Amino acid sequence: MLLARVIGSVWATVKDPGLVAQKLLILQPLTPDRRPVGETLVALDAVGVGMGEDVFYVKGREATYPFLPGHVPADAAIVGRVDTIESGGTST
Amino acid sequence: MILARVVGTVVATQKHYKIEGAKLLLVQPLDPEGRDDGPLILSIDSVDAGVGDRVLVVTEGRASAMALGRDQAPVDAAIVGIVDEVSLG
Repeated sequence: MLLARVIGSVWATVKDPGLVAQKLLILQPLTPDRRPVGETLVALDAVGVGMGEDVFYVKGREATYPFLPGHVPADAAIVGRVDTIESGGTST
Repeated sequence: MILARVVGTVVATQKHYKIEGAKLLLVQPLDPEGRDDGPLILSIDSVDAGVGDRVLVVTEGRASAMALGRDQAPVDAAIVGIVDEVSLG
């Protein structure tokens, strides 16, 4: 799993039936001290998070698991909202 | 998933039986502001996208096979949505 911040959202009317009613959010991956790192991506929201929040997400086939037994073609899914991170003696 | 723009089509008469009939499109990955971002990807299309459309692409095997509706199809990218709007911050 990886840390990220929700920085945007995507609207798509025409989409795979499995994605209907799913929330599509743009994520910026973060370092443990919450600095942006790497490329943005679009993930499905499996927990109900909002713009600007820090979250963690899964990539790969595991991204379909939160939506089983549905046929949801997801390759990235937000599975938690981050409250605090403690790393290297600092807490954020 | 990534944002991308459809920039071309690919025709291949001979292909694995699990992907017979699948539509193949070339997509250019984009950053959230709409700028080109990285090399082109060959993707199957399950939402009838066309050249010029901004799309959502899954870039993983299981999700792509699911979008194609065929278990264990040998694909690793699929267009799963046509983007209307991207909202940032």
